[in-house]
Amino acid sequence: MQIAHFTERPVRYLAEEPVLENRAFFGVSNKYYDREKAADDYNFYLDEACFCEEVGFDAVALNEHHGNPFCSGSVVNIEAAILARITSKAKIVIIGNMLPGVKHPLRVAEELATIDTISRGRLVAGWVRGAGSEQFFNNANPAYNREMFNEAHSFIMDCWTKDGPWRYEGKHFHYRHVNPWVKPYQEMPQQWIPGVLSAETVMWCAEKQYPYLGLGTALGPTCDLWDMYADKSAELGYQAGSENFGYLLPIFCADTDEKAQDIGRGFIFGGGQNAFSRPEHTLPPGYNSKSAIRMLGQQPGGSWLGVSKEKLMAGADDSWDASAYDSLRAKLVAGYDKAQDNMQTVVGSPETCAQKIKDILSVIRPGVFTCFAVQGNVSDKDRLRSVELLGKEVLPEVRKFADEIGLFGPFDRTPGSVKLAPGTKRAPVCDREALAKLNLP
Amino acid sequence: MATWKEETQNLAGSDLVMIRGGSGKPLLVIHDELGYTGWMSWNEELAKDRELIIPLQPGFGKSPRQDWMWRHRDLANYYLNVIRELGLEKPDVLAFSAGAYTAAEMAAANPELLGSITLVGPMGIKPDEGEIFDIFAATIKTCLRKTVFNQEAKEFSEIYGGEMSAEQFELFEDARAESARLGWEPYMFNPSLPDLLRSAKNTKLPTLLIRGSEDEVVPQDCIRKYHDALPQADIVTIKGTGHRPEIEDSAEFVAAVKHFLA
Repeated sequence: MQIAHFTERPVRYLAEEPVLENRAFFGVSNKYYDREKAADDYNFYLDEACFCEEVGFDAVALNEHHGNPFCSGSVVNIEAAILARITSKAKIVIIGNMLPGVKHPLRVAEELATIDTISRGRLVAGWVRGAGSEQFFNNANPAYNREMFNEAHSFIMDCWTKDGPWRYEGKHFHYRHVNPWVKPYQEMPQQWIPGVLSAETVMWCAEKQYPYLGLGTALGPTCDLWDMYADKSAELGYQAGSENFGYLLPIFCADTDEKAQDIGRGFIFGGGQNAFSRPEHTLPPGYNSKSAIRMLGQQPGGSWLGVSKEKLMAGADDSWDASAYDSLRAKLVAGYDKAQDNMQTVVGSPETCAQKIKDILSVIRPGVFTCFAVQGNVSDKDRLRSVELLGKEVLPEVRKFADEIGLFGPFDRTPGSVKLAPGTKRAPVCDREALAKLNLP
Repeated sequence: MATWKEETQNLAGSDLVMIRGGSGKPLLVIHDELGYTGWMSWNEELAKDRELIIPLQPGFGKSPRQDWMWRHRDLANYYLNVIRELGLEKPDVLAFSAGAYTAAEMAAANPELLGSITLVGPMGIKPDEGEIFDIFAATIKTCLRKTVFNQEAKEFSEIYGGEMSAEQFELFEDARAESARLGWEPYMFNPSLPDLLRSAKNTKLPTLLIRGSEDEVVPQDCIRKYHDALPQADIVTIKGTGHRPEIEDSAEFVAAVKHFLA
């Protein structure tokens, strides 16, 4: 299996109040930006990635968000390009380039090919549609998001495989002279696709034979999604296996469980992932498919649906109430504990982390496992200690276990390479008995 | 009550669902960016001596979406073809918000085909002062707060009160999605529109501009810019109303429209 380290590269000097007052990270004013501290952070995160490689991670994964102190990676390909030069063996996994937001697939094709070339073939390309908030930040029409994603992806594949020059006249993109003089060092870089339970994305991955990476999704629904992928791949004539699946999970390791618990609360800094953006920025118009909207509309009691005049008017004054901080914080801590109970966050000593990771691997059997580093204002020292403990103590044990239960990563076995004859029953891709034994709440 | 009915006709190359009610000279009504809100008292009043024809915008859930429509200009030209195929003789047009943007594009493209235009809180021209409120970056609650000033109006609760059904939610999201397709960028205006309206100016197309005095969606400067482009236009400001004067003060609204159309 392949084990990766991932961080959002959080802005670590930000006080929590502006995030809580804004009720989300997206939209916090950049008046809080600190040039010196940001320079420290950007350089630290590059050094941290090198340290990950040194202690045994197979890959360093990074992403991109905009207008958002949750993640300081605003131009992911620049960071990846630096890593291409300063690391030597780790895969550089970009999860991913937000194609509709960038709006310039030719440029993306060139940038990624450059990264792959400088790193001599260590790029893993990943594609995303971009969160709802990115559509506002980049002024990318959300109603055309899926169309632009599909067209940009298809165009990049052509850029990497067709000899130029050629002309392209698509629906959303137009180029009169396509002839990039940089091509990927690999014949075709692997493409891993992160997602949070979008059925459309899962089906698309199965069709393309791309590994799908569940982003910390609950284990039960993740199994459902794996089955959906595997059913589709069986239809298409191949057996999906661990090489088709990846999983990313918030993990923080310290020398003792107590210390890990204390620092791990950084995962809920400012409200954590649930406070990434406010509802109006999370679901822009047309961003979700018609079927997804229909599903949302039919959920009884959904907060979007319980719409009445009274409810619409309630809380019309959205001003921040500082006195509510304590109760809000208590809710966040409860959520942190619940996420651990559900095994959607793993925090603890090396022994604790290793056992929980093995339990998770038993259920969802991914070929890629990605450790998502802690958020919040955690010190360099504590972050690096977590990386060191994971790399030196947890990873060897996890690898041994993965071998025992037969988990292959996409670099061990090519996704889609295990053929399935028509009419043959496919093999399971997850273990629901193991899930039941976990007795999750 | 005037009788109204919903009917579907294949017009200008696609099925179009329309609400038709009343009798008399045709009045084409173009609804706003969030869709048709139902037959209200102002419809009823105007339908006493007019036939109201209200196309339900393609892509808003009932009339099928037309993939070729990228801009309000496309929709406007579609509606012009609808007018031709229905055989309407210089219909008057009454249009609201983004629908008024579409009506202005119709007037720019072919003013001779229309009897008059009444634009209520019209989007479509970029104001020099202020901004057209971004409905796409707002919750329903915020949108309503910005849209309706007089929330004590009887019809406010008829439209917005109570639980939103799953079907209503889907129609609402359909409307937002199609409005984004046409108006996301530039946001709800066409930089060419003031110049394109020269044809409607030269033919002196009768024009009425209506705005609620407390409108927080479309700034006053949009009215000024429309008036610059169409100096023949009359302007009516309805006091104590926001972006929905037709439901916030139906009597004043109907009086203004009837006076103009008389």
